[in-house]
Amino acid sequence: MYLEIITPEKKVFEGEVRIIQLPGSLGSFEIMNNHAPIISTLMEGTIKIVDNSNAETFFEISGGVVESTDNKIIVLVEAG
Amino acid sequence: MANLKEIRTRISSVKSTRQITSAMKMVAAAKLRKSQDSIVQMRPYATKLQEILSNLSESLDSKEDNKYAQQRPADKVLLILITSNKGLCGGFNSNILKKTDSLLKDKYKDQFKKGNVSFIAIGKKAVEYLKRTQKNMISSHNELLEESSFNNVAQLADSIMKRFVNKTFDKVEIVYNEFKNAANQNTCSEQFLPIEVKSEEGSKINHDYIFEPSKEYIVNELIPKSLKVQIFKAILDSIASEHGARMTAMHQATDNATELLKDLQLDYNKARQAAITNEILEIVSGAEALKG
Repeated sequence: MYLEIITPEKKVFEGEVRIIQLPGSLGSFEIMNNHAPIISTLMEGTIKIVDNSNAETFFEISGGVVESTDNKIIVLVEAG
Repeated sequence: MANLKEIRTRISSVKSTRQITSAMKMVAAAKLRKSQDSIVQMRPYATKLQEILSNLSESLDSKEDNKYAQQRPADKVLLILITSNKGLCGGFNSNILKKTDSLLKDKYKDQFKKGNVSFIAIGKKAVEYLKRTQKNMISSHNELLEESSFNNVAQLADSIMKRFVNKTFDKVEIVYNEFKNAANQNTCSEQFLPIEVKSEEGSKINHDYIFEPSKEYIVNELIPKSLKVQIFKAILDSIASEHGARMTAMHQATDNATELLKDLQLDYNKARQAAITNEILEIVSGAEALKG
């Protein structure tokens, strides 16, 4: 699935990923392949990305929102 | 005919002026590219946010309940003026000030008479103007132009939004130069608060979204974000416009200097030739006198 992480200042991540873990307002959750369409707000915390080669990347955020449809995920964040 | 030395000094001074203006033009062009980039960088965030928001608010009827969308009679008005810190950029700043004046004379005539119009200045030129005309300036944020990070802008936006919610102001407007292209800026005033509800036709929710925690919560989270983005965009636009305006102004100044230089050079050559002719004439007539 395709992930984009965008801050107001720049695009910080773009690419294929396997799993993404997000700090949602109701608690942390993960999106994997073929997740149902979702829009959720995010709290302060860490985004964890696992890509196809199982390498992990982390981003600190102070809040944001995620939209996911048809295996295309867009995360709008304010960098922490 | 002006004397040779005088013209020579003028030529060299015009030359060095031209060097300065063309250097300033180059600097402005480089900065323009940079600030254009940051506008482009911000665009995906802004469009996506707007997309989600309009998707959501379509299916909500409670738009009017939002504290940022409250329509009140506009008794107390706040104008945010975005100018530049530096001069030498043509009509860039004076356009903003003119626009402000016309707003005060026209749209906010009554509020202004009662002294209910306040100002927030971004940029030294706006500060100078407000001080000179003794208007009610509540704060100035010149540093935002030098270091326009989203977080700094968000802080300002937060404080303005707070003032709107607790009814210190009923209406907030931004006056700034919208960036069209390097040669064109459009001086405009844009309503910031209350939010103007834009109903977009044809936007449909084609997905059955899960909303977490709830639609209302998400909308209420996103509206302040989009307001912050709006100010951020205005500031970035204004910065790019400033460099564009300066580039154009300096380009013109360089052209003018070149023109002037050409005329002076012509004058100089004429004067020199006249002096030579004079000298020859003197020598010839001197020789003539000796003969006779």
